Formats: sequence, structure tokens, C-alpha cells
Amino acid sequence: MGLHMKFLYLLVPLLALFGCGESSQQAPASATEKNLVVGFSQVGSESSWRTSFSESVKAEAAKRGIELKFSDAQQKQENQIKAIRSFIAQGVDAIIVAPVVETGWKPVLTEAKRAGIPVVIVDRNMALEDDSLYLTRVASDFVEEGRKAARWLMEATEGKCDIVELQGTVGATAAIDRMAGFNEVIAEHENARIIRTQTGEFTRSKGKEVMEAFLKAEQSGKSICAVWAHNDEMAIGAALAIKEAGLDPGDDILIVSVDAVPDIFKAMADGDTNATVELSPHMGGPAFDAIEAHRQGKTDIPKLITIQGDVFTQATAAEEYAKRKQ
Amino acid sequence: MQLTHLTQHRLFLPLLALTIILLANVLFSPEFFHLEFKDGRLYGSLVDVLNRSAPTALLAIGMALVIATGGIDLSVGAVIAISGAICANLLNSGFDALPLVIFAGLAAGLAAGTINGGLVSIFGIQPIVATLVLMVAGRGIAQLINSGQIITFQHEGFAAIGVGTALGLPMPVIIAVAIFLLVQILMRFTALGLFVEATGCNPTASHYAGLNVKAIKFSVYGISGLCAALAGMIITADIQGADANNAGLWLELDAILAVVLGGASLAGGRFSLPLTMIGVLIIQTMSTTIIMSGIEPKYNLLIKSLVIIVVLLLQSPTFRQQIRQLFGAGKAMQGDRV
Repeated sequence: MGLHMKFLYLLVPLLALFGCGESSQQAPASATEKNLVVGFSQVGSESSWRTSFSESVKAEAAKRGIELKFSDAQQKQENQIKAIRSFIAQGVDAIIVAPVVETGWKPVLTEAKRAGIPVVIVDRNMALEDDSLYLTRVASDFVEEGRKAARWLMEATEGKCDIVELQGTVGATAAIDRMAGFNEVIAEHENARIIRTQTGEFTRSKGKEVMEAFLKAEQSGKSICAVWAHNDEMAIGAALAIKEAGLDPGDDILIVSVDAVPDIFKAMADGDTNATVELSPHMGGPAFDAIEAHRQGKTDIPKLITIQGDVFTQATAAEEYAKRKQ
Repeated sequence: MQLTHLTQHRLFLPLLALTIILLANVLFSPEFFHLEFKDGRLYGSLVDVLNRSAPTALLAIGMALVIATGGIDLSVGAVIAISGAICANLLNSGFDALPLVIFAGLAAGLAAGTINGGLVSIFGIQPIVATLVLMVAGRGIAQLINSGQIITFQHEGFAAIGVGTALGLPMPVIIAVAIFLLVQILMRFTALGLFVEATGCNPTASHYAGLNVKAIKFSVYGISGLCAALAGMIITADIQGADANNAGLWLELDAILAVVLGGASLAGGRFSLPLTMIGVLIIQTMSTTIIMSGIEPKYNLLIKSLVIIVVLLLQSPTFRQQIRQLFGAGKAMQGDRV
């Protein structure tokens, strides 16, 4: 009796967990013959950017009359592989995958290829030697984002600036590429240099903590001209730290970042940060374009389609914020 | 004789380690020791170290008690996310009376502690497994409350928990010190601390000695949950937003490390809150030192782990004895030759 109770006690949370996992995989299955059916395996919903990415793909599918089977992998590759297998079993017309990690995709993509289902990779990359395993890849150009942020800053400061850098998670592709693009542009300006760099792990808290230390290390921030943050969250954290140090972020110290999440537009509208480069979440359109072109028998689809993001500044921040918040 | 007495004091080695890490800043970044009084509060890197230590310190206080009973609480990081999420959503919902919000946050922590304590003491499940349930599920619950977003809020009263000032020091420092004093007095000026240690040493013997072992185990998880909830409110107030994915992520491990640096045994039966606090300061001083020194980020973890291995080795009685034997053996051999 006692043992049974113990099991029950354990089972309840476990059931709750599994319950969540499965319900998200069951998309309404009312496939009419004519509609294109596309399976989409998404990483998860770990950030507001990821959520807008999912929403954008769903909206685009609805607009085109495509039936989208959405599966949330909760940051686990095994869930994605399961989802892809179930898409193959259901006989979808195409599969879109936003992979969690780069490696380990060859077997399941081979299965899809044998079943004759085209696969489009979106966002992060997959390490595949055989590029016949996928139709195309739709991705943002992180290096270009870094370049754009740097160009804006060099224009705003006439190429004369002592910059502190808040890096993303060490080893993340987005961090490495954004850093490379930014450094490439400021290398052309002899009076611009990065005086301090440290990881803020893409989070608001860590961005604030690192900025606090930078301010103290650089004579209370007097020798810092600008903050370059690899994402908006760290930029918002840095702005908080600068305020608490009694300086005015956006004026005394400029802040430029990447992502264009809704919160950064509010910060820009309030004058706390200066510019952000959009990491476009609208990857659904190009992915569906490629799938439709493939179905019409076109063979000249490029293996990499890059999405460009615009630079947003304080000038348009207020109206963009009104547009973007739900 | 006096000197050996000093070096054998329990506080000596952890304090020495902390001093050495602090002194490393004299070489790398002398600005580290710059302190000034600005806008009614002390301002400088040393204050930052204390301020950033506060959440880990609170977790470590709860964790020290749990570990002393022979348990472990892996769920505290997730509890941080839950209490933060609940507070942030309440603040945005219109029910933003400060006492109500704080009460709701603490209630969430207590509820989490009750689940852990129930699983461990009533159902006798291994603590590492019992608290793992909430560690995994808890972050999910927090994400659910936040519907996957970072919930930001504007509320000066609540923000003061994270960025306010009292007695010239940041509010988190005051909160952490107050809780530390409260728990330390409860544990060491009453028999409670002894009960906790006895439970960890030998639960069966303690039971026969008349201690209510189950109640003691149950309550330490409750205290740990409350401390985690408080830490969650500090972290949330600090960035004026609840980030369910990242708030308190892996912080449970820092708390466990601090307790171990404080000389506690993971098998239970022994704890020291003052030493645990020094452990917390060692961890945070290292983080701040690395940021100030301008070392490349890719070396962060390597440096941290090296320092921690050295500190832990120095604290190990077996290792110290081996070193002593090495010296002793050397002397004996010299003696032989003469």
C-alpha cells in the first residue's frame, strides 16, 4: 500500500511532463487532398525571438493555405528525430527543421530522402557532407549582422570610439560570427578599438553584471564610448548597469546590439539604447518558396538562402514597438 | 605554537584562499579596490562582489542545512525561476501591493520546499532524485507561467529588492546578511543546529534518541525553498524582468560548491554557515576578478575550476596529511644522514 502511494506521488509529475510533450505534437490532422502539408520541427520556445520565429512560420503557412504540422522539440535532438520520423510516416509533402545541434542528422535525413520528402533546414546549421540530403538551408547572416552594427556605430561616432564588447555564449556560432563581422569593419577605422570583451552569456543578468565590472574597470565608465552587445538582452542589462552607475545610457555611452526583440524597441524609444540589427524571424516565407519551387520541378534552388536584417534606431523605435508588442 | 594554533583554525584556510584571490587583483586590476561613496551608497567592485554574491549566499544557507541532514536540493535554481515568474506576473496583473507580491513569491518557494521535503522525509525517496523532479519540472512550470517570454515590469517598490539601498549598501546584501544572522542564531544559539547535524550523522540513532528526524528533514527543505524564493525575487528585481529560461540557471551547483568550500561533508552531519559564506565570496570574487582582469572569456571556466581544485585540495585533511608526511619524511631522512 505504502509503496503504491509512493509510485503515485512520482507518477503525477511524470505524467504531467509527458502529457505536455505529446499534446504539442498532435496537430489537427484534417488534410484535404489539395493542400500542401508541411511538417515543422522547431527547437523549442526558449527565447522571445524563438517564439516570434514560430509564430511567423505559422502565420506564413496560414497565409499560403499550407497545412503546417508543428512540433516543439523542447531543445532535444531526440524529439526532433522522432518528429521527423513521424512526419515521414504521415507522408507529409515537405519537412522544415530548425535543428538544435549541428551533428547527428545523416540517418534520419537519409530516411526522408528515401521517402522522397524534401527537407529545408532553417536557422542553425547541420553538419552534412552530402548536400543532396536537403533541399536548401535558410539562415541569417551573422557576420553581416556584426558588420551592420559596426557600420552604424562608426557612422555615429565618426570612427572614433573605445568599445566594450558583451559576447554571447562562448563557442556559439552567432557569437563567433557577429564578433568577426564587427571586428572586420572596425579594423578599417584606426581610432576605433575594443578595449574590453567578456561573455554575457546572451542573458540580461549576466550582461548587467559584466557591464557593472567594466564600468568600474574603466574609471567609472568615463573612458567607454560604446557598448557592443551580441544580443538585445545583454544590451538591456548593460543599460540598467549604466543607469545605476549614474550615467545616461544612449547618451554618455552608446549601445548597439543585434536581434530586434520587442523589449529593445521600448528601450530605444526611452532613449536607453541606440541601435539594433534585426535577426529576422521571417524564415518561413523563403522556406515555403523553395518547397513550392521544388514541387514545380525547378532544380536551380540555391543550397543556402540568407536572410538580411535591417538596422533599427531610436528614430522609428516607438512605432516599431507599438507594432511588435502583442 | 601560537602560529600552528592559528593555521589549524577551521576559518584559516578558506579565509587565506579568499585573501589570495583578492590580492591577485592588485596585480591584474588595482581599480578593484577603489571604493567611493556615491548617491548615498558605497560604490566599487568590492561592493559588487557582495551584491552579486547575495542570491548564491541565500541558496547556500538553505543548501548547507539540507546537506547537513545528508540530503541535497537540486531544485533551487528552478524555484528561483518560479518565484520570479510569479512575482513578475502579479506585478503586471494589477495585484501589485508589495506585501502581497512578496508573500506570493515566498509561498511558491515554501510550496516547492514542501514537495521536496514530502518526497524525501515522508516517502523516503533519495534526495537527489526527489529534488531532480522539481529541478526539471520547475523550470517548465516557470516557462508556462511566463508563456515562454521574458516578463518585464515597472514597479519601484519591488525593484528596490534588487537595486535599492539600505545603510549605504545594496539591498540584496542587507537581505542576505539578515537571513544569515537569523538562521545562524536559530541554529547555533538553540539546539536546532545540533539536531540537524545529528540527523545527518545517523538518522536511526537520532530517531531512537527521541529526535523527530522526519520533521527535521522536512523543514530544512522548506527553509531551502524559502531562501531560493527570496533569491529569485532579488534576481528578478535586479533586471526588472523574469527570465524563466536563465534566472538561477546552474546556481544550485554554485550553492553546493559554496557549501563544500565551507568544509561541509556531502555525506551530512557537519555544516558551518560562516564558512559557507566565505565559500560564496570565493566563487563570486573569482567571477568578478576574471571580468575585471580582461582575460579572454574562453579561459573563464578553466581558471575557475583550477582555483577551486586547489582550494578543495588544501581543505582536504587527507591531502594535508600527505603533504605533511612528505615534509616530515624529508626531515626524517635528513635526520638519518646526520
